[in-house]
Amino acid sequence: MVQDKVALITGTSRGIGRGIATALAANGAKIVAAGTNLQATEDFVAELKAAGTEAIAVRCDVSVAAEVEQLVKTAKETFGRIDILVNNAGITRDGLLLRMKEEDWDAVLDINLKGAFLCTRAVSKLMTKQRCGRIINIVSVVGQTGNPGQANYCASKAGLMGLTRSNAQELAKRNITVNAVAPGFIATDMTDSLPEEQRQDLAARIPLARLGSVEDISHAVLFLASDHAGYITGQVIGVNGGMYM
Amino acid sequence: MASIEERVKQIVAEQLGVDEEQVVDSAAFMDDLGADSLDTVELVMALEEEFDVEISDEDAEKIQTVKNAIDYINKAS
Repeated sequence: MVQDKVALITGTSRGIGRGIATALAANGAKIVAAGTNLQATEDFVAELKAAGTEAIAVRCDVSVAAEVEQLVKTAKETFGRIDILVNNAGITRDGLLLRMKEEDWDAVLDINLKGAFLCTRAVSKLMTKQRCGRIINIVSVVGQTGNPGQANYCASKAGLMGLTRSNAQELAKRNITVNAVAPGFIATDMTDSLPEEQRQDLAARIPLARLGSVEDISHAVLFLASDHAGYITGQVIGVNGGMYM
Repeated sequence: MASIEERVKQIVAEQLGVDEEQVVDSAAFMDDLGADSLDTVELVMALEEEFDVEISDEDAEKIQTVKNAIDYINKAS
């Protein structure tokens, strides 16, 4: 589906980002894996290479413009082009609004929203010249519903949906599609650590009565990155077991 | 080495996908050569890259014709 396409994915050292990179690689893409944890990202790239994928690891803090420019430059020098950008890097700094520190607000907005802006701006320069491209932003169901204790995170993800639509309109003329995938509750390291009771409680709020898997998300991303999705742009695809419709 | 004028005209033709014969000094990017706002931004970026100059947004707005671009690059480089 994405044979020989070059995909740049941020936040690849674990969780959903790692799953997305794995799925794209398994379907023939060349991978530029970016992450702040270089060791973990390099270990992951070594696994991809062992499985026969062309891949490189690049350390990058997506909230720093100079690092993002360098990341895109490295990708271009290595593979000559970028066909797919997945803005996946994200963090949480949860806390109730009344007690939320300004630095926790800024940190989440800087990485989750500004980071996606910086990566999109840098990669778009290549994609507009190529006259094709796929940009996929990983948002969250809580950006649609809100969630107590996550004002910063929810705001960043809602903002990213706005960025998705705006970029989709600007870049459509260059045959570049921009979409978002909004995961619901996904089984990752983070949710694995929750007590069983709380996990059941979560599942009870989901019509399909289970937590999602990383593969549920990566399959949606794979579809949006493929030629099959060429007429879809500016959309938010919910992958949430029906918890938000 | 091609002259600045030739290089500018070549970039305009490439970026806007028009024949070089159409790229005369008086041609306006939007009115005569069919450029839209995204094309003009890309054109300015291509000129910046080719001539290693930085063109401010304010200056970029004033570059509306082929002659404007040639004059600007001549002055800047």
